[in-house]
Amino acid sequence: MLRHVPLLTLVVMLGPVAAGLWGTLLPAFGHLPGAGLTGPSLNAMQDLLNWPGLVQAMRLSIVPGLLATLLSLVIVVLVTAGWSGTRTFGLLQRALAPILSVPHAAAAFGLVFLIAPSGWISRLVSPWLTGWDRPPDLLIVQDPAGLAMTLGLVAKEVPFLLLMTLAALGQVRQEQRMKTARNLGYDRVTGWLKTVFPPVYRQIRLPVYVVLAYSMSVVDVALILGPTRPPSLSVQIVKWMGDPDLTLRLTAAAAALWQLGLVVLALLLWRVGEGLVAALGGRWIETGQRRCLDQGLRLTGLGFGVLATGVVTLALVGLLVWSFAGFWSFPSALPDSFGLRNWSRHGPGTVAAMGETFLVAGLSTLIALALVLGCLESEHRSGRTVTTRGLWLLYLPLLVPQTAFLPGLQILLLQAGADVGRLPVVFAHLVFVLPYVFLSLGDAWRAWDPRNAVVAATLGAPVVFAHLVFVLPYVFLSLGDAWRAWDPRNAVVAATLGAPPARVFWRVRLPMLLRPVLTAFAVGMAVSVGQYLPTLLIGGGRVATLTTEAVALASGGDRRAIGVYGIMQTLAALLPFALAIIVPTVIWRNRRGLHV
Amino acid sequence: MKKRSLAAALLVPFAASAQPDPSDWEAVLQEAEGQTVYWNAWGGSTTTNDFIVWVGERVSEDHGVTLEHVKLTDTADAVTRVLSEKQAGTDSDGAIDLIWINGANFAAMKEADLLFGPFAEELPNWAYVDTEGKTVQTDFTVPVEGYESPWAMAQVVFMYDTADIAAPFGSMTEILEWSKANPGRFTYPQPPDFLGTTFLKQALVDLVDEPSVLSQPVEDAPYEEVTAPLWAFLEELTPTLWREGRAYPQTGPAQLQLIADGEVDMAISFSPGEATAAIANYQLPDTVRTFVLDKGTIGNASFVAIPYNSGSAAGAMVVANFLMSPEAQLRAQDPEVLGYGTVLAMDKLPEADRAAFEALDLGIATLSPAELGEVQDEPHPSWMTRIAEDWALRYGTVQ
Repeated sequence: MLRHVPLLTLVVMLGPVAAGLWGTLLPAFGHLPGAGLTGPSLNAMQDLLNWPGLVQAMRLSIVPGLLATLLSLVIVVLVTAGWSGTRTFGLLQRALAPILSVPHAAAAFGLVFLIAPSGWISRLVSPWLTGWDRPPDLLIVQDPAGLAMTLGLVAKEVPFLLLMTLAALGQVRQEQRMKTARNLGYDRVTGWLKTVFPPVYRQIRLPVYVVLAYSMSVVDVALILGPTRPPSLSVQIVKWMGDPDLTLRLTAAAAALWQLGLVVLALLLWRVGEGLVAALGGRWIETGQRRCLDQGLRLTGLGFGVLATGVVTLALVGLLVWSFAGFWSFPSALPDSFGLRNWSRHGPGTVAAMGETFLVAGLSTLIALALVLGCLESEHRSGRTVTTRGLWLLYLPLLVPQTAFLPGLQILLLQAGADVGRLPVVFAHLVFVLPYVFLSLGDAWRAWDPRNAVVAATLGAPVVFAHLVFVLPYVFLSLGDAWRAWDPRNAVVAATLGAPPARVFWRVRLPMLLRPVLTAFAVGMAVSVGQYLPTLLIGGGRVATLTTEAVALASGGDRRAIGVYGIMQTLAALLPFALAIIVPTVIWRNRRGLHV
Repeated sequence: MKKRSLAAALLVPFAASAQPDPSDWEAVLQEAEGQTVYWNAWGGSTTTNDFIVWVGERVSEDHGVTLEHVKLTDTADAVTRVLSEKQAGTDSDGAIDLIWINGANFAAMKEADLLFGPFAEELPNWAYVDTEGKTVQTDFTVPVEGYESPWAMAQVVFMYDTADIAAPFGSMTEILEWSKANPGRFTYPQPPDFLGTTFLKQALVDLVDEPSVLSQPVEDAPYEEVTAPLWAFLEELTPTLWREGRAYPQTGPAQLQLIADGEVDMAISFSPGEATAAIANYQLPDTVRTFVLDKGTIGNASFVAIPYNSGSAAGAMVVANFLMSPEAQLRAQDPEVLGYGTVLAMDKLPEADRAAFEALDLGIATLSPAELGEVQDEPHPSWMTRIAEDWALRYGTVQ
């Protein structure tokens, strides 16, 4: 039984992606028998090419995608190069980590209110500084270039990449490298870029690709912050999928293939860019230049890091204020009155949606956890570990744009007559939850090192996330010393006491690793809570989670309701992390070695 | 799962034998007990959402029907869903039991035989409905024939902030003149949003000399000639719009936030009571009032329809019937709740109910039925589709 778990996991994780792509491919070439259309034909492609918004929509996929990825990476590199090991860095890291679990949609809502011409920043400086008693007529949110959307993505991707980088730093012996560089007279930033960055980048390459693919095809953020004349390609795909005119489904499928192609193209482009940077960087290293604008780069990095943190934090505070606001007009910095009216109006609705959210998240995460533990245990007993190729498979569901395979999956499910609703949504979420649970648990499990938990807990809740999610896949490549040191001893001790493998698993390994297991659970929950498109498309509208409700409300623009939903959405993502900290502390209060 | 051919799928729906018969109301009530009704209704308006929650509580108390509001961003989503189910051969217990619908979506569903019925005129509360004075038997000129039941009357009004605009406007041309003098202070929802297209239709009805041509299908009319004044109007208006027409609010309610934020001074609404309700919910400043145009404004009814493959048609009819009850209609008209116009005829109501309607305070920003004046007919739905497509070509993408 256990032997088959890895295969089963792969099927559950990649099956829907493959099926979805297949379901997209057929209608893209005019084949949709359900609608009485049989292909192959190029009509759908032709329709897509005739759509006047195509070029602009493609631009809105490529430019914000590449720009957001590049900016996020540069900020993370500058911050890490300039500040790692300092107290400031520790503070920034702690501030950024909780932002990682804030759902994209909630951050985007908050951002709209922050940066709009009538938004909070403008209110704070009006009219005393600006002289505005009416907001200026400036196109900031929904700008045709997609800058607001890019900003929203950067603010959310910086924490992600930073925490990935942190995990990688431990693998490349940063301190040793930096000591050597400093002894040779290199300044901090220059030294870091020349000696630490190359190996670190090799380790965070896959996460960077994930950021690129995600940013290019994001739907919820683009709906909230992006332009509408036309919207980005992925948003347009979702619109076409929802049109009563069935032939537009074919156009949607064609556009989905197009989107997939764009992402592949952008990844290739990025790859070429990597080569260029490597070549230029190599020459720069050979020059032996000891410093290059170091102080300026340090400050720039810090500035951007603080900005990214500040923007999302302020955005969330804005949501909180709106959720309690009475009438609040421009240019008042605060509402005329505060009250509980909004909460009593919308609170009950959020509780119902939260129940659905947790049900879907809980089910998908439990399944993911069972599969991942099965994989890891099977790997442990058979002595085979995941290879680099296996790692790519794990990342595949995160690299294929959601809009490329989810529409096809919906068409297939409908054609198969499968019931819509919760269960298909649970499995659709599983596709995205599994990789994260695997990545967050794999390392701790293999290392079987309760020190992880101790380290994590001392850093505080958010960083558990950081440490465990992102300590991650790279340890697949070079299994840590901890694994070699700890694993055999624990196993041997238990085995000498006469325990069969199953008993070792249930009585020793699982309890000892309770904290990382719960953290992986929390990661899975957070991933599921934030899912918009799988819930919308596969749920057929019957599955109303906090995220789908909040995005639906966004179109109505009632900021008080959005405030209430956004806050609840954020809480839903953070709550499991709190539990992951508290539960083991309570259970292991008599076990010093497992204690915090 | 077995796949059915399209032809078979088309034949099956009306072969389904177990559909409830609305003329036997006792049997309907009995069957409805314990059913769950998925009502797909646009979910962008928080006041409407609250009202639907209340309806759910009431039908659950009285008839044991559980109502679930499936919040749509666009009613077309629900039409698509039923269509896909039909194509997939899901001819019973589909995902949708009730749809808030009218206009083009109704026309499309009726045309494709996707609706359960006729049922509306068999419902007990139909007796109270004003069939003489209100357009409840045609929907955008398409005959209803009992395939949907009315629950609210809507009429176009314009909300304006008296703090910024001294006097209301009498025509689209006056609105244009004002917008030119005050650039950046007006906008409308981006078509194909329902209210956005309504703005275009309202402009068309106000600008053409002879609106009667709009009651025939667009294919039978000289489209270019009829709509020329509309496009000329938009050519002039667009550069004076909020953000110079480079961005638009995505829905009607999003305009409320723009007024509250002081970004614009005027907005179109399809609900005469919306402004009053929004003031009560802090969504609009209390200086907002409403007006209609001199020649009158477009009006229509909101309906609910039941898909042919609903597994809870009895429960859905119970909800539809409750929506037409004096109790629900009174609550819907209360400006503190929804402020929707009633579909009932006052002279058909029992004395007590009539008195309750008369005692209702419509609120500071709501026009009285007399002030609302003449209701203009909706153009045939084909106009809406065609104009929205044309708008998208002209203004829907960055030039």
